[in-house]
Amino acid sequence: MKFLVRITISLKEGVLDPEASLIRRALENLGFQTEELKTARQFIVRFDADDELQARERAKTMCERLLANPVIQKYEIEVLG
Amino acid sequence: MRFAVIQFGGSNCDRDVAYVLEEICGVDTDLVWFKEGLARKYDAVVLPGGFSYGDYLRAGAIAARTPVMADIRRLAAGGGLVLGICNGAQILAESGLVPGVFTVNAYPKFICRPLFLRVERTDTPFTSLYSPGEVIRIPIAHREGRYVTPPGVEKDPGFSSQVAFRFCDRFGNVTSGSNPNGSFQNITGILAPQKNILAMMPHPERASEDILGSSDGKRLFLSMIAHLSTSS
Repeated sequence: MKFLVRITISLKEGVLDPEASLIRRALENLGFQTEELKTARQFIVRFDADDELQARERAKTMCERLLANPVIQKYEIEVLG
Repeated sequence: MRFAVIQFGGSNCDRDVAYVLEEICGVDTDLVWFKEGLARKYDAVVLPGGFSYGDYLRAGAIAARTPVMADIRRLAAGGGLVLGICNGAQILAESGLVPGVFTVNAYPKFICRPLFLRVERTDTPFTSLYSPGEVIRIPIAHREGRYVTPPGVEKDPGFSSQVAFRFCDRFGNVTSGSNPNGSFQNITGILAPQKNILAMMPHPERASEDILGSSDGKRLFLSMIAHLSTSS
């Protein structure tokens, strides 16, 4: 079966996000006051798996082996279909 | 004795390192395309600076997962020396050969300028020709050089013994003002526990001749050569 999976990589709590602070300031210059802004990166991946459980497992392995650096990043996996 | 300088697509300091090793330090050096792997016996490997794989995903992340890294692990396990400079340091961190990660500077812009470093240890194959606490001048050139450690690692007594270089002022004081990128404890050179692998963001190959403003970096390569001469 084909599965479509959305993987979101973001910084762990407490890890400095320099780009986010800069973007927040730029928004402020445009008149947008924000209380919080975080950056994250998404990967939309389509691949074969026997079932949803296996699709999740495979996506988790992708995160652990390449997509996320566990020192500073965490990941979230959503099966879209 | 023979050194290898690994070239990835996007490496751009490979020839500078090979030039310094061969012409300035007088050691046989091969430029090795990463896909060829380490086809012969080498005593030391240098992962040079640049933008391997265009810094896609994270700086060094993709190169760290190429097959040549298995050869490099084997060389290190056999007591060979591995030096990662700038992008090479990011590759070593991404491959887990040294602890931590080098990520986006605290102010997220590219910084390229000479800086002062304090030599924290001289009992390593990379720093034996410096004096303890010596202040040396070597340039940095990076956007992703902020050193971040795994949580709690600073409590590990072994960790501080793995620190080779810290950013400092001209007098050797490690201050926040002398930290260009927000690195944890001003760290910019980190060793593997066995001390035969060094990841550093500054470029010693750009400070190996007086005409370039500093030759302080030359002694790092000469230290490696001295170590290999006595151990072989």
